[in-house]
Amino acid sequence: MEMDSPPIAGEQEPQPRRFGRGVFLATVAGGLSSLFWGKAAWDQVSGFVSPVASAVAPILPTGGWRIYTISGRMPVFDPARWRLKIGGLVEQPTSLTYEQLRALPRVEQVSTFHCVTGWSVNNVHWAGVRLHDVLALARPQASGQALQFVSMEQPYIDYLTLPQASLRDVMLAYEMDGKPLKQEHGAPLRLVIPEMYGYKNVKWLQQINVVQQATAGYWEDLGYDRDAWVGRSNGYGT
Amino acid sequence: MRKAGYVPRFSPIERLLHWLNALGFFFLLATGLILYLPSLSMLVSRRQTIQSIHFWGGVGWLAALAAVTALGGRRLLTTARELERFDHDDLRWLRRRAAPQGRFNAGQKINAALTAAFTILFAVSGLLLWFGEQNTRYRFASTVILHDGLMYISLLLLAGHLYLALIHPATRHSLRGITLGDVRVEWAARHHSKWQPEGVQVDWRPRQTRKWKPEFTNADRSRRR
Repeated sequence: MEMDSPPIAGEQEPQPRRFGRGVFLATVAGGLSSLFWGKAAWDQVSGFVSPVASAVAPILPTGGWRIYTISGRMPVFDPARWRLKIGGLVEQPTSLTYEQLRALPRVEQVSTFHCVTGWSVNNVHWAGVRLHDVLALARPQASGQALQFVSMEQPYIDYLTLPQASLRDVMLAYEMDGKPLKQEHGAPLRLVIPEMYGYKNVKWLQQINVVQQATAGYWEDLGYDRDAWVGRSNGYGT
Repeated sequence: MRKAGYVPRFSPIERLLHWLNALGFFFLLATGLILYLPSLSMLVSRRQTIQSIHFWGGVGWLAALAAVTALGGRRLLTTARELERFDHDDLRWLRRRAAPQGRFNAGQKINAALTAAFTILFAVSGLLLWFGEQNTRYRFASTVILHDGLMYISLLLLAGHLYLALIHPATRHSLRGITLGDVRVEWAARHHSKWQPEGVQVDWRPRQTRKWKPEFTNADRSRRR
C-alpha cells in the first residue's frame, strides 16, 4: 500500500479499494466451486437455453456432440465392401451386407446419449435393428455369455454381457435423427446402449463375436469401468 | 498542450504479456474448436494429435506467461496494483460512465481481473480433463461444462474487446498503445484524464471539471501535520 497517496484531511475521496482483486478471487472461487454444481445447474437451465442453442446452431453447429476417435483417421464406409460379421461361439457364422441389414425388422427409439466426460445429448432419434434379430441369424451357443463388439477403428473393441445386451433399448443403429448415420457418428452402424456411457456405444461396427465372458474393452484397459452405467460408474454416484 | 505529441501508455513488457496472451488464446481457441465442433473434427480427424497439441499448447502458454511475468517482476507488479485498485471515480464510471479515469478505465480493470481468473480456471479445468481421461480420481461431471462455459464467456468478452479496440471510433486509438506503445496526448487527456504519465510534463487538467488533486508524498504529509 506504500504507493497509495495518503488520505488528505478535508478531502472526501476514499482510499482506492482492491476491487479488482476481489473480482479475480471471486471469479476463481466461483469457477472452481462450479466443478461441484455446474452440471446440475446446467441440467436445470439447458431446457430453457436449448431454443437459443438451436437458434445459433447454424453458426456453431455442435448439436451437443463431441467426436472422439482413437486413431489417426476415421474409418470410411464403403457399401460394396462393408460387412457385419457375427462369429465366435455361434452355430452359424454369418455375414450381412448393408442391404441385408437394412432388410431386418426396423425399430426406432428416442434416447439420451451420455458421455463419461460430462456432456449429454438429449432426445437422439435412432433407427436400426435389435441385437436379438441379428444374433438369431447366427444362433449363439449356450456357452456364449457375452458379446464382443469390434470397430473398424483399430484397435477399438468393447464387451457387453448378454443380460446387458438384452436390455430393452439396446440396438444397432444405422440412422440418427432421420438420416443415415454420419461418418463421425460411426457410419454405417453403431451400437446404442443408452443406459451406459458413450464409450460402450461402439462406432463403425464391423463384427460381433459371441464369447464366454466380457473382458476389458479399449477404454476399460485404460481404467474405465466395464459396467459403465450412467450415473453409477466411473467415479459418479458412488 | 502538444497536439502532435504522444505519451507512452504501455511498456514493452506489458505489450509482450498482452500479445503472448492473445496468441495463446487464439491458438487454444483454434485447436479447441477442432476438438469441439463435429464439422471441424471431420475435416481434421486426428483427434489424439489435436488433443496433444491443444494440451501442450496450453502448458506452453502458461509457462510463457509465467516466464514473462517473472521477467517483468516489479514493473508488472506495479501494473497489477494499478489494475486492481478502484477509486471513487472508477465506481462512478461503472455506474454512470462520466468520471475521469486513470491509465486504465474501470472496464479495462474488470476485464483484466476476469482474464486473469479465466486463465487460472482454463488451466485447472484443462488439466482435470487431461488427467481425468486417464484416472477417474480426477474426473468431475462438471469439468467439461466449466471449460466450455469459460470458452463461451471469453468469446463474448473478446467480441467486446475487439469492437472497442478496432471499431468504436472513440476507443480504437488505444490499439496504437498496445502495438506501438504510445498514444496521442489529446486522446489520453480526453479518456484518461487522471493518468499522470511518468516523466512526461503535460497539462491536460483544464479539460476536467473535477478539481485536480495533487499527489502528496509522505514528506508532504508530515509537513502538513
